[in-house]
Order: sequence, then C-alpha cells, then structure tokens
Amino acid sequence: MNSHTYDYLDGNAAAGELSKIFTMDVTAAEGQCAHCGARKRFAEAHIYMQCPGVVARCAVCEHVLIRLVNVRQRVFLDVRGMTYLSLDTAQLQESSR
Amino acid sequence: MWRVGTVVALQDETATARTITLKVPDWPGHVAGQHVDVRLTASDGYSAVRSYSIASAPNSERRVELTVERLPNGEVSPYLTQEVAVGDELELRGPIGGWFVWRTQQTEPIQLIAGGSGIVPLMAMIRSRASASGTAPFRLLYSVREPGAIFYRDELQALSDQDHSMSLTYAYTRAAPKDWPRPPGRIDAALIAKTTWPSKLFPTSYVCGPTPFVESVAGFLSAVGNSPDKVKTERFGPTGDRK
Repeated sequence: MNSHTYDYLDGNAAAGELSKIFTMDVTAAEGQCAHCGARKRFAEAHIYMQCPGVVARCAVCEHVLIRLVNVRQRVFLDVRGMTYLSLDTAQLQESSR
Repeated sequence: MWRVGTVVALQDETATARTITLKVPDWPGHVAGQHVDVRLTASDGYSAVRSYSIASAPNSERRVELTVERLPNGEVSPYLTQEVAVGDELELRGPIGGWFVWRTQQTEPIQLIAGGSGIVPLMAMIRSRASASGTAPFRLLYSVREPGAIFYRDELQALSDQDHSMSLTYAYTRAAPKDWPRPPGRIDAALIAKTTWPSKLFPTSYVCGPTPFVESVAGFLSAVGNSPDKVKTERFGPTGDRK
C-alpha cells in the first residue's frame, strides 16, 4: 500500500455507514491500531471506499483497522485491527447539539 | 436512519456549484463542520449515497444548506446541481461527525484552510461564529483555481470587512486577479508561515479539501510548530462526490 497514491478519504467519510451500527459518533472516538499501537481519532484513519465495502486503515502504518461489508440484509463488521475503540457518550449522533 | 428533507431554495454559487436549501421537519440540529449523507434512489431500486458538508450555521428553523460542486463524471452531483427542483424531496442521513466541528464555546484562535469546495464546512463555522456574535479570532486561507471559482464571495468579503477578528486570504492556483501580489500556485510553506496564526498562540486548525491538498497543508502546519492534535482534517475525492 503506497500512502502517496492519495486514493483514500478519512474517517469522516465512513461515519455515515458506521452510524448504522454505532449510536455514538465514531469520528471523535479514539482507537488503537493492533499492529503499530498508534492511538488516533477515527476521523484520522485512511478510508478506502473503492471496494465492495469500507476499509479503514491506520494513518501511521496503513494496517487494516476495520472492514465493513454489506451483503443483502447483513452487515459484516471486522474490527480485529483495533485493540480498542473508545467512544465519548456525550457525542450521541442524533443529538449532537 | 434516513430523514426526508424538502428543497425550499436553490442558488448557484459558481458555474459548477449550487447551494440546496432543505427543510427537514425532524432535524435534531447540527454543529458547524458536520456533514450529511444524501441518498438518491432510481426507479429500478439502484441507489447511490454521497456525503456533503453542511454550509449553514446551526439554526432553529430546521433548515439545512448543502453546497454541491458538480463533478464531470459524478453519479450524484450532476443531479443535485442541475436537475433537482424546489419542492423535491431528498433522503438524508445525519448530522454526522463530532470531530471536525467548531463549537461556539471555543475561544482560541481558529485557522481555517480550504481547498476548493472544502470551504463548505468551514463556511458553516464562519456563519456559526457570526450568528452567535462570536469573538474567537478567525483566519481563513482559501485556495481556489481562479476568482470565478470562489464560493460565498460577497458574504465572506462583508464578514471580513465588518469584523477585524475575521481575516481572509485567497490563494489562486491557476489564475489570479490582475496585480495580485502572489503568482498563481499551490499553497506552500512560505504562504502558511506568512498568513496563518503563529503556533505559539495554540490555534486550532481545520483543513478541508481533496486528499493531496490536506496532506500537504497538514504537513506545512506541522513544520511551523502546530501540534498534530490541534490540526483537524477532512478529506474528499476522488473516490466519491465527497464535499
């Protein structure tokens, strides 16, 4: 993976898809990469959407953090690339004011 | 969770960009910097979803403005900028995002840096500050191809004329107005050093634009001493109609 191809977006772009699963805002959530240990806001992750789903990669080491795939009526979420995701309960999506 | 908004007004910002004003009856309110996903569904059931930043300040009228730039091979933006009419309904998901936001309680100096249509969420911040009569010092560095590509030009000029704590710098990449002091070119380290808040004032920076723009600007900000956690970024394109 060459980080200079700039074919990625960032965690902000995946937040709508992830709102199907998470009731809290994920962009401000802090996650730790299971590969390099970097702790970053999810908004900073590199997001690849030119695939049959959404792939989030670590902004530091480009290791896969999250894979999200929709298949008919099911959503598959693979989060093994993160050791944790820490969400702020004050940041509810639906009442963000 | 999709909401339905009704188009109540349309306004062209440039030859290729249009602002769509929606009334969304169950809108919960938003914070400047947030975006929505818009879903269009064809009669055969095919649907496409794209993200668009909200341009309007938070308001009590459940009004949401989106400014959409038309992309030549876009799937959604040509419809939104050419076909959609007052009275039409659009499906929206959001407001989305709690990271790339500016809240009126923030008092520190704010540095906004926009590349092209990346101005949209930053304009929501500027409008939010104005509507709350905020006094946080704001600087905007706005990179555009040419003068005709500027969004919200008159409004930005009026806001910076009447408020000395809101300053505005344009950086033209292809064609500048006659006698413009800087030859056309991308934002570089020298322009960042000259026009943005000194890092010793601990500004919070918001950078929005295409991915290569955001990467280079974030690098310049870091090089002049801004801590990465004080630089918030939002990237769009080329993977979608992201604005």
